[in-house]
Amino acid sequence: MQLDLSFYTWDLIEKFILKGLLFSIQLTIIATLGGIIFGTLLALMRLSNQRILTSIASWYVNIMRSIPLVMVILWFFLLMPTIIGRSIGAELSAYITFIAFEAAFFSEIIRAGINSVPEGQNHAAYALGMNYQQKMSLIILPQAFRNMIPVLMTQTIILFQDTSLVYAIGAYDLLKGFEVAGKNYGRPIESYLLAAIVYFVICFSLSSIVKKIQQKVTIIR
Amino acid sequence: MSLDFQIFCKSTFEDAYSPRCFGDFFHVGQGTSDPTYLDWLLTAWGWTIAVSVLALFIALVIGITIGTLRTISNETFLSKVLIFFSNAWVELFRNIPVLVQVFLWYHVIPILIPALKNLPSFLLVSIALGFFTSARIAEQMKAGIFSLPKGQRMAAQSLGLTKVQTYRYVLLPMAMRIVIPPLTSECMNIVKNSAVAFAVSVSELTLFAMQTQEETSKGIEMYLGVTALYIVTAFTVNRLMALIERKTRIPGFITSATQGSH
Repeated sequence: MQLDLSFYTWDLIEKFILKGLLFSIQLTIIATLGGIIFGTLLALMRLSNQRILTSIASWYVNIMRSIPLVMVILWFFLLMPTIIGRSIGAELSAYITFIAFEAAFFSEIIRAGINSVPEGQNHAAYALGMNYQQKMSLIILPQAFRNMIPVLMTQTIILFQDTSLVYAIGAYDLLKGFEVAGKNYGRPIESYLLAAIVYFVICFSLSSIVKKIQQKVTIIR
Repeated sequence: MSLDFQIFCKSTFEDAYSPRCFGDFFHVGQGTSDPTYLDWLLTAWGWTIAVSVLALFIALVIGITIGTLRTISNETFLSKVLIFFSNAWVELFRNIPVLVQVFLWYHVIPILIPALKNLPSFLLVSIALGFFTSARIAEQMKAGIFSLPKGQRMAAQSLGLTKVQTYRYVLLPMAMRIVIPPLTSECMNIVKNSAVAFAVSVSELTLFAMQTQEETSKGIEMYLGVTALYIVTAFTVNRLMALIERKTRIPGFITSATQGSH
Protein backbone atom coordinates (compact mmCIF):
# COMPACT_ATOMS: atom_id res chain seq x y z
CA MET A 1 0.00 0.00 0.00
CA GLN A 2 1.57 3.22 -1.17
CA LEU A 3 0.31 6.65 -0.24
CA ASP A 4 -0.05 8.98 -3.18
CA LEU A 5 1.55 12.16 -1.91
CA SER A 6 0.76 14.05 -5.10
CA PHE A 7 -2.77 14.22 -3.67
CA TYR A 8 -1.67 16.93 -1.26
CA THR A 9 -1.75 20.13 -3.28
CA TRP A 10 -2.63 23.74 -2.54
CA ASP A 11 -5.37 23.40 -5.11
CA LEU A 12 -7.04 20.74 -2.99
CA ILE A 13 -6.82 22.84 0.15
CA GLU A 14 -8.13 25.94 -1.58
CA LYS A 15 -11.01 24.15 -3.27
CA PHE A 16 -12.28 21.88 -0.51
CA ILE A 17 -10.64 22.38 2.85
CA LEU A 18 -10.51 26.13 3.54
CA LYS A 19 -14.28 26.56 3.29
CA GLY A 20 -14.83 23.75 5.78
CA LEU A 21 -12.10 24.95 8.13
CA LEU A 22 -13.60 28.42 8.12
CA PHE A 23 -17.03 27.06 9.03
CA SER A 24 -15.62 24.87 11.81
CA ILE A 25 -13.76 27.82 13.31
CA GLN A 26 -16.78 30.12 13.01
CA LEU A 27 -18.99 27.50 14.60
CA THR A 28 -16.49 27.04 17.44
CA ILE A 29 -16.20 30.77 18.14
CA ILE A 30 -19.92 31.52 17.93
CA ALA A 31 -20.85 28.46 19.99
CA THR A 32 -18.23 29.38 22.61
CA LEU A 33 -19.42 32.97 22.93
CA GLY A 34 -23.10 32.05 22.84
CA GLY A 35 -22.49 29.10 25.14
CA ILE A 36 -20.70 31.25 27.70
CA ILE A 37 -23.44 33.92 27.65
CA PHE A 38 -26.32 31.45 27.99
CA GLY A 39 -24.22 29.21 30.23
CA THR A 40 -23.70 32.11 32.64
CA LEU A 41 -27.44 32.75 32.69
CA LEU A 42 -28.10 29.05 33.36
CA ALA A 43 -25.49 29.00 36.12
CA LEU A 44 -27.00 32.09 37.76
CA MET A 45 -30.43 30.48 37.50
CA ARG A 46 -29.16 27.33 39.17
CA LEU A 47 -27.51 29.29 41.96
CA SER A 48 -30.50 31.57 42.54
CA ASN A 49 -32.98 31.31 45.39
CA GLN A 50 -35.95 30.92 43.06
CA ARG A 51 -37.06 27.29 43.15
CA ILE A 52 -38.60 27.39 39.67
CA LEU A 53 -35.54 28.92 38.02
CA THR A 54 -33.26 26.42 39.72
CA SER A 55 -35.24 23.41 38.62
CA ILE A 56 -35.73 24.63 35.04
CA ALA A 57 -32.00 25.19 34.69
CA SER A 58 -30.99 21.90 36.24
CA TRP A 59 -33.45 19.92 34.12
CA TYR A 60 -32.17 21.60 31.00
CA VAL A 61 -28.54 20.94 31.88
CA ASN A 62 -29.11 17.33 32.95
CA ILE A 63 -31.08 16.42 29.85
CA MET A 64 -28.58 18.04 27.51
CA ARG A 65 -25.77 16.21 29.26
CA SER A 66 -27.34 12.78 29.00
CA ILE A 67 -28.15 12.82 25.27
CA PRO A 68 -25.46 12.29 22.63
CA LEU A 69 -24.57 15.48 20.79
CA VAL A 70 -25.40 13.78 17.49
CA MET A 71 -28.97 13.25 18.69
CA VAL A 72 -29.22 16.88 19.81
CA ILE A 73 -28.03 17.98 16.37
CA LEU A 74 -30.64 15.73 14.73
CA TRP A 75 -33.40 16.95 17.08
CA PHE A 76 -32.80 20.60 16.28
CA PHE A 77 -32.52 19.88 12.57
CA LEU A 78 -35.87 18.09 12.76
CA LEU A 79 -37.67 20.57 15.00
CA MET A 80 -36.33 23.93 13.79
CA PRO A 81 -38.47 24.04 10.63
CA THR A 82 -41.57 23.27 12.74
CA ILE A 83 -40.77 26.00 15.26
CA ILE A 84 -39.70 28.70 12.84
CA GLY A 85 -42.12 27.73 10.12
CA ARG A 86 -39.66 27.48 7.28
CA SER A 87 -36.74 25.18 6.61
CA ILE A 88 -33.33 26.47 7.59
CA GLY A 89 -30.00 25.27 6.29
CA ALA A 90 -27.82 22.73 8.04
CA GLU A 91 -25.26 25.44 8.87
CA LEU A 92 -27.69 27.75 10.68
CA SER A 93 -29.21 24.77 12.46
CA ALA A 94 -25.70 23.78 13.59
CA TYR A 95 -25.07 27.25 15.08
CA ILE A 96 -28.29 27.15 17.10
CA THR A 97 -27.74 23.56 18.24
CA PHE A 98 -24.19 24.13 19.39
CA ILE A 99 -25.07 27.28 21.34
CA ALA A 100 -27.94 25.47 23.07
CA PHE A 101 -25.90 22.34 23.74
CA GLU A 102 -22.68 24.01 24.85
CA ALA A 103 -24.57 26.37 27.15
CA ALA A 104 -25.35 23.33 29.31
CA PHE A 105 -21.70 22.32 29.52
CA PHE A 106 -20.38 25.84 30.02
CA SER A 107 -22.96 26.44 32.75
CA GLU A 108 -21.50 23.58 34.80
CA ILE A 109 -18.00 25.04 34.45
CA ILE A 110 -19.23 28.53 35.32
CA ARG A 111 -21.21 27.26 38.29
CA ALA A 112 -18.10 25.57 39.65
CA GLY A 113 -16.16 28.78 38.97
CA ILE A 114 -18.67 30.94 40.86
CA ASN A 115 -18.63 28.49 43.75
CA SER A 116 -14.84 28.65 43.82
CA VAL A 117 -14.93 32.35 44.75
CA PRO A 118 -14.65 32.51 48.56
CA GLU A 119 -17.86 33.22 50.46
CA GLY A 120 -16.25 36.29 52.07
CA GLN A 121 -16.32 38.08 48.71
CA ASN A 122 -20.12 37.77 48.73
CA HIS A 123 -20.43 39.20 52.21
CA ALA A 124 -17.93 41.97 51.50
CA ALA A 125 -19.86 43.03 48.40
CA TYR A 126 -23.15 43.19 50.31
CA ALA A 127 -21.45 44.96 53.20
CA LEU A 128 -20.37 47.66 50.74
CA GLY A 129 -24.03 48.14 49.87
CA MET A 130 -23.97 46.53 46.42
CA ASN A 131 -27.07 44.90 45.01
CA TYR A 132 -27.14 41.43 43.42
CA GLN A 133 -26.37 42.69 39.93
CA GLN A 134 -23.45 44.85 41.05
CA LYS A 135 -22.09 42.07 43.22
CA MET A 136 -22.15 39.57 40.36
CA SER A 137 -20.83 41.79 37.60
CA LEU A 138 -18.20 43.67 39.61
CA ILE A 139 -17.02 41.19 42.24
CA ILE A 140 -17.93 37.56 41.70
CA LEU A 141 -17.97 36.96 37.93
CA PRO A 142 -14.65 38.71 37.14
CA GLN A 143 -12.85 36.53 39.69
CA ALA A 144 -14.76 33.42 38.70
CA PHE A 145 -13.97 33.88 35.01
CA ARG A 146 -10.30 34.41 35.71
CA ASN A 147 -10.22 31.09 37.57
CA MET A 148 -12.18 29.42 34.80
CA ILE A 149 -10.18 30.53 31.78
CA PRO A 150 -8.15 27.30 31.41
CA VAL A 151 -11.20 25.05 31.82
CA LEU A 152 -13.26 27.17 29.44
CA MET A 153 -10.49 26.97 26.85
CA THR A 154 -10.23 23.20 27.26
CA GLN A 155 -13.97 22.98 26.69
CA THR A 156 -13.53 25.13 23.57
CA ILE A 157 -10.99 22.64 22.22
CA ILE A 158 -13.43 19.80 22.86
CA LEU A 159 -16.08 21.92 21.17
CA PHE A 160 -13.85 22.32 18.13
CA GLN A 161 -13.48 18.54 17.97
CA ASP A 162 -17.22 18.10 18.37
CA THR A 163 -18.00 20.37 15.42
CA SER A 164 -17.07 17.38 13.24
CA LEU A 165 -20.38 15.82 14.32
CA VAL A 166 -22.37 18.20 12.10
CA TYR A 167 -21.50 15.50 9.57
CA ALA A 168 -24.82 13.96 10.67
CA ILE A 169 -26.86 16.72 9.02
CA GLY A 170 -24.50 17.25 6.12
CA ALA A 171 -23.20 20.71 7.03
CA TYR A 172 -19.94 21.54 5.23
CA ASP A 173 -17.33 21.60 7.98
CA LEU A 174 -13.64 20.69 8.02
CA LEU A 175 -14.25 16.93 8.10
CA LYS A 176 -16.86 17.15 5.34
CA GLY A 177 -14.34 19.09 3.26
CA PHE A 178 -11.86 16.24 3.55
CA GLU A 179 -14.52 13.68 2.78
CA VAL A 180 -15.66 15.47 -0.35
CA ALA A 181 -12.07 15.97 -1.47
CA GLY A 182 -11.28 12.29 -0.90
CA LYS A 183 -14.30 11.25 -2.93
CA ASN A 184 -13.66 13.68 -5.76
CA TYR A 185 -10.08 12.55 -6.26
CA GLY A 186 -10.80 8.89 -5.39
CA ARG A 187 -8.22 9.11 -2.60
CA PRO A 188 -10.14 8.65 0.68
CA ILE A 189 -7.14 7.24 2.59
CA GLU A 190 -4.84 10.20 1.97
CA SER A 191 -7.71 12.55 2.67
CA TYR A 192 -8.75 11.05 6.02
CA LEU A 193 -5.10 10.83 7.12
CA LEU A 194 -4.60 14.51 6.39
CA ALA A 195 -7.85 15.27 8.25
CA ALA A 196 -6.54 13.49 11.33
CA ILE A 197 -3.21 15.34 11.10
CA VAL A 198 -4.89 18.74 10.70
CA TYR A 199 -7.23 18.18 13.65
CA PHE A 200 -4.34 16.86 15.74
CA VAL A 201 -2.06 19.82 14.99
CA ILE A 202 -4.81 22.36 15.78
CA CYS A 203 -5.98 20.69 19.00
CA PHE A 204 -2.50 19.80 20.23
CA SER A 205 -1.13 23.30 19.78
CA LEU A 206 -4.22 24.85 21.37
CA SER A 207 -3.96 22.58 24.41
CA SER A 208 -0.25 23.40 24.76
CA ILE A 209 -1.20 27.09 24.83
CA VAL A 210 -3.86 26.37 27.46
CA LYS A 211 -1.24 24.70 29.66
CA LYS A 212 0.93 27.83 29.47
CA ILE A 213 -2.01 30.12 30.25
CA GLN A 214 -3.04 27.92 33.15
CA GLN A 215 0.23 28.69 34.95
CA LYS A 216 -0.18 32.42 34.39
CA VAL A 217 -3.76 33.19 35.35
CA THR A 218 -4.13 31.19 38.54
CA ILE A 219 -4.85 33.51 41.46
CA ILE A 220 -2.67 32.63 44.40
CA ARG A 221 -4.58 33.19 47.63
CA MET B 1 -49.21 18.56 16.42
CA SER B 2 -50.18 15.17 17.75
CA LEU B 3 -47.91 12.28 18.49
CA ASP B 4 -48.64 8.84 17.14
CA PHE B 5 -46.89 6.22 19.22
CA GLN B 6 -48.81 3.46 17.48
CA ILE B 7 -46.09 3.67 14.89
CA PHE B 8 -43.85 1.52 17.08
CA CYS B 9 -46.31 -1.37 16.72
CA LYS B 10 -46.28 -1.11 12.95
CA SER B 11 -44.59 -3.77 10.88
CA THR B 12 -41.44 -2.58 9.17
CA PHE B 13 -42.35 -4.35 5.93
CA GLU B 14 -46.04 -3.97 5.35
CA ASP B 15 -48.80 -1.58 6.34
CA ALA B 16 -50.02 -3.62 9.30
CA TYR B 17 -50.01 -3.19 13.07
CA SER B 18 -49.00 -6.00 15.39
CA PRO B 19 -51.50 -6.41 18.26
CA ARG B 20 -48.81 -6.92 20.89
CA CYS B 21 -46.38 -4.46 19.39
CA PHE B 22 -43.76 -7.16 18.92
CA GLY B 23 -43.37 -9.16 15.73
CA ASP B 24 -42.15 -12.72 15.94
CA PHE B 25 -38.75 -11.21 16.26
CA PHE B 26 -38.45 -11.72 19.98
CA HIS B 27 -40.82 -14.71 19.87
CA VAL B 28 -43.43 -12.94 21.98
CA GLY B 29 -45.78 -11.49 19.38
CA GLN B 30 -48.36 -13.39 17.42
CA GLY B 31 -49.67 -10.94 14.86
CA THR B 32 -47.22 -10.56 12.04
CA SER B 33 -44.07 -12.49 11.49
CA ASP B 34 -42.21 -9.35 10.44
CA PRO B 35 -40.38 -7.30 13.02
CA THR B 36 -42.11 -4.12 14.17
CA TYR B 37 -40.45 -0.76 14.73
CA LEU B 38 -40.35 -1.57 18.43
CA ASP B 39 -38.35 -4.72 17.67
CA TRP B 40 -36.01 -2.68 15.54
CA LEU B 41 -35.65 0.00 18.23
CA LEU B 42 -34.75 -2.58 20.87
CA THR B 43 -32.27 -4.29 18.55
CA ALA B 44 -30.67 -0.91 17.90
CA TRP B 45 -30.46 -0.38 21.65
CA GLY B 46 -28.70 -3.73 21.88
CA TRP B 47 -26.12 -2.57 19.32
CA THR B 48 -25.54 0.66 21.23
CA ILE B 49 -24.97 -1.32 24.41
CA ALA B 50 -22.75 -3.86 22.63
CA VAL B 51 -20.53 -1.16 21.14
CA SER B 52 -20.37 0.67 24.47
CA VAL B 53 -19.51 -2.39 26.55
CA LEU B 54 -16.80 -3.60 24.18
CA ALA B 55 -15.35 -0.09 23.88
CA LEU B 56 -15.45 0.33 27.64
CA PHE B 57 -13.57 -2.92 28.13
CA ILE B 58 -10.85 -1.86 25.66
CA ALA B 59 -10.70 1.62 27.16
CA LEU B 60 -10.36 0.37 30.73
CA VAL B 61 -7.61 -2.15 29.96
CA ILE B 62 -5.54 0.27 27.88
CA GLY B 63 -6.40 3.37 29.90
CA ILE B 64 -5.40 1.89 33.25
CA THR B 65 -2.17 0.47 31.81
CA ILE B 66 -1.16 3.66 30.03
CA GLY B 67 -2.20 5.83 32.97
CA THR B 68 -0.09 3.74 35.35
CA LEU B 69 2.89 3.81 33.00
CA ARG B 70 2.82 7.60 33.04
CA THR B 71 3.47 7.65 36.78
CA ILE B 72 6.54 5.39 36.97
CA SER B 73 9.82 7.02 37.97
CA ASN B 74 12.05 7.79 34.99
CA GLU B 75 15.32 6.32 36.16
CA THR B 76 16.17 3.75 33.51
CA PHE B 77 16.20 4.05 29.73
CA LEU B 78 13.32 1.59 29.46
CA SER B 79 11.08 3.56 31.80
CA LYS B 80 11.87 6.76 29.88
CA VAL B 81 10.77 5.07 26.66
CA LEU B 82 7.61 3.78 28.33
CA ILE B 83 6.71 7.20 29.73
CA PHE B 84 7.30 8.84 26.36
CA PHE B 85 5.19 6.20 24.63
CA SER B 86 2.29 6.55 27.06
CA ASN B 87 2.37 10.35 26.91
CA ALA B 88 2.37 10.19 23.12
CA TRP B 89 -0.54 7.74 23.22
CA VAL B 90 -2.64 10.10 25.32
CA GLU B 91 -1.89 13.17 23.21
CA LEU B 92 -2.51 11.29 19.96
CA PHE B 93 -5.89 9.85 20.85
CA ARG B 94 -7.13 12.85 22.79
CA ASN B 95 -6.51 15.44 20.10
CA ILE B 96 -8.30 13.83 17.16
CA PRO B 97 -12.13 14.03 17.07
CA VAL B 98 -13.78 10.70 17.74
CA LEU B 99 -15.62 10.76 14.41
CA VAL B 100 -12.33 11.22 12.53
CA GLN B 101 -10.86 8.32 14.49
CA VAL B 102 -13.85 6.17 13.56
CA PHE B 103 -13.32 7.03 9.89
CA LEU B 104 -9.61 6.22 10.20
CA TRP B 105 -10.39 2.79 11.62
CA TYR B 106 -13.07 2.14 9.07
CA HIS B 107 -11.58 3.50 5.86
CA VAL B 108 -7.83 3.74 6.36
CA ILE B 109 -6.48 1.17 8.79
CA PRO B 110 -7.98 -1.96 7.14
CA ILE B 111 -6.14 -0.97 3.95
CA LEU B 112 -2.86 -0.14 5.67
CA ILE B 113 -3.04 -3.35 7.75
CA PRO B 114 -4.58 -6.06 5.53
CA ALA B 115 -5.01 -8.41 8.49
CA LEU B 116 -7.87 -6.22 9.73
CA LYS B 117 -9.67 -6.27 6.40
CA ASN B 118 -12.40 -8.72 7.39
CA LEU B 119 -13.34 -7.20 10.73
CA PRO B 120 -16.99 -6.10 10.93
CA SER B 121 -17.59 -2.37 11.34
CA PHE B 122 -19.03 -3.01 14.79
CA LEU B 123 -15.60 -4.16 16.01
CA LEU B 124 -13.75 -1.33 14.27
CA VAL B 125 -16.01 1.28 15.85
CA SER B 126 -15.57 -0.31 19.28
CA ILE B 127 -11.80 -0.24 18.89
CA ALA B 128 -11.87 3.38 17.76
CA LEU B 129 -14.12 4.41 20.63
CA GLY B 130 -12.10 2.33 23.09
CA PHE B 131 -8.79 3.91 22.06
CA PHE B 132 -10.29 7.41 22.14
CA THR B 133 -11.64 6.87 25.65
CA SER B 134 -8.48 5.10 26.84
CA ALA B 135 -6.58 8.38 26.49
CA ARG B 136 -9.04 10.13 28.78
CA ILE B 137 -9.09 7.29 31.32
CA ALA B 138 -5.28 7.28 31.30
CA GLU B 139 -5.32 10.97 32.14
CA GLN B 140 -7.63 10.38 35.12
CA MET B 141 -5.65 7.35 36.24
CA LYS B 142 -2.48 9.41 36.29
CA ALA B 143 -4.19 12.16 38.27
CA GLY B 144 -5.56 9.54 40.67
CA ILE B 145 -2.17 7.98 41.35
CA PHE B 146 -0.47 11.35 41.75
CA SER B 147 -3.16 12.48 44.18
CA LEU B 148 -2.07 9.79 46.66
CA PRO B 149 0.20 11.01 49.45
CA LYS B 150 3.89 10.55 48.61
CA GLY B 151 4.36 8.62 51.84
CA GLN B 152 2.40 5.66 50.43
CA ARG B 153 4.99 4.96 47.77
CA MET B 154 7.85 5.54 50.18
CA ALA B 155 6.32 3.31 52.84
CA ALA B 156 5.83 0.54 50.29
CA GLN B 157 9.43 0.81 49.17
CA SER B 158 10.79 0.88 52.70
CA LEU B 159 8.86 -2.31 53.38
CA GLY B 160 10.93 -3.86 50.63
CA LEU B 161 8.20 -4.15 48.01
CA THR B 162 9.33 -4.17 44.41
CA LYS B 163 7.98 -1.59 41.97
CA VAL B 164 5.39 -4.00 40.64
CA GLN B 165 4.31 -4.95 44.15
CA THR B 166 4.11 -1.29 45.15
CA TYR B 167 1.65 -0.66 42.38
CA ARG B 168 -0.24 -3.94 42.76
CA TYR B 169 -0.77 -3.86 46.52
CA VAL B 170 -0.48 -0.21 47.57
CA LEU B 171 -0.99 2.42 44.87
CA LEU B 172 -3.46 0.90 42.41
CA PRO B 173 -6.07 -0.32 44.93
CA MET B 174 -6.37 3.20 46.30
CA ALA B 175 -6.06 5.02 42.98
CA MET B 176 -8.78 2.84 41.45
CA ARG B 177 -11.20 3.89 44.18
CA ILE B 178 -10.31 7.54 43.71
CA VAL B 179 -10.97 7.48 39.95
CA ILE B 180 -14.44 5.93 40.20
CA PRO B 181 -16.31 9.28 39.99
CA PRO B 182 -14.50 10.50 36.86
CA LEU B 183 -14.76 6.97 35.45
CA THR B 184 -18.52 7.19 35.91
CA SER B 185 -18.72 10.16 33.60
CA GLU B 186 -16.40 8.44 31.13
CA CYS B 187 -18.71 5.40 31.09
CA MET B 188 -21.65 7.68 30.37
CA ASN B 189 -19.57 9.43 27.71
CA ILE B 190 -18.87 6.11 26.00
CA VAL B 191 -22.60 5.43 25.68
CA LYS B 192 -23.10 8.90 24.24
CA ASN B 193 -20.07 8.72 21.96
CA SER B 194 -21.20 5.34 20.62
CA ALA B 195 -23.67 7.42 18.60
CA VAL B 196 -20.88 8.17 16.12
CA ALA B 197 -21.14 4.54 14.98
CA PHE B 198 -23.99 5.72 12.74
CA ALA B 199 -21.37 7.15 10.40
CA VAL B 200 -20.07 3.69 9.50
CA SER B 201 -23.50 2.03 9.31
CA VAL B 202 -23.61 0.16 12.61
CA SER B 203 -27.34 -0.11 13.15
CA GLU B 204 -27.41 1.45 16.61
CA LEU B 205 -29.89 3.93 18.08
CA THR B 206 -28.79 7.04 16.20
CA LEU B 207 -28.79 5.31 12.84
CA PHE B 208 -32.20 3.86 13.74
CA ALA B 209 -33.45 7.38 14.42
CA MET B 210 -32.10 8.70 11.13
CA GLN B 211 -33.40 5.80 9.04
CA THR B 212 -36.87 5.54 10.57
CA GLN B 213 -37.35 9.30 10.43
CA GLU B 214 -36.99 9.13 6.66
CA GLU B 215 -38.89 5.88 6.31
CA THR B 216 -41.95 6.69 8.42
CA SER B 217 -41.85 10.51 8.54
CA LYS B 218 -42.69 10.10 12.24
CA GLY B 219 -39.39 11.66 13.24
CA ILE B 220 -40.48 13.12 16.55
CA GLU B 221 -41.86 9.82 17.90
CA MET B 222 -38.77 7.93 16.79
CA TYR B 223 -36.40 10.54 18.22
CA LEU B 224 -38.36 10.54 21.50
CA GLY B 225 -38.00 6.76 21.76
CA VAL B 226 -34.28 6.88 21.03
CA THR B 227 -33.66 9.80 23.38
CA ALA B 228 -35.55 8.05 26.17
CA LEU B 229 -33.43 4.93 25.73
CA TYR B 230 -30.22 7.00 25.83
CA ILE B 231 -31.34 8.68 29.04
CA VAL B 232 -32.32 5.33 30.57
CA THR B 233 -28.93 3.88 29.64
CA ALA B 234 -26.99 6.84 31.01
CA PHE B 235 -28.99 6.73 34.24
CA THR B 236 -28.46 2.99 34.64
CA VAL B 237 -24.71 3.36 34.12
CA ASN B 238 -24.68 6.13 36.69
CA ARG B 239 -26.50 3.99 39.30
CA LEU B 240 -24.30 0.95 38.56
CA MET B 241 -21.14 2.97 39.11
CA ALA B 242 -22.55 4.42 42.32
CA LEU B 243 -23.21 0.86 43.46
CA ILE B 244 -19.64 -0.18 42.62
CA GLU B 245 -18.36 2.87 44.48
CA ARG B 246 -20.35 1.92 47.58
CA LYS B 247 -19.37 -1.75 47.44
CA THR B 248 -15.65 -1.09 47.07
CA ARG B 249 -15.43 1.67 49.66
CA ILE B 250 -13.22 1.05 52.65
CA PRO B 251 -14.62 3.06 55.57
CA GLY B 252 -12.25 5.66 56.95
CA PHE B 253 -9.48 4.54 54.66
CA ILE B 254 -9.81 6.47 51.46
CA THR B 255 -12.29 9.04 50.21
CA SER B 256 -13.22 9.56 46.61
CA ALA B 257 -12.11 12.72 44.87
CA THR B 258 -15.59 14.25 44.92
CA GLN B 259 -15.74 14.27 48.67
CA GLY B 260 -12.80 15.98 50.30
CA SER B 261 -12.73 18.91 47.90
CA HIS B 262 -15.59 21.35 47.93
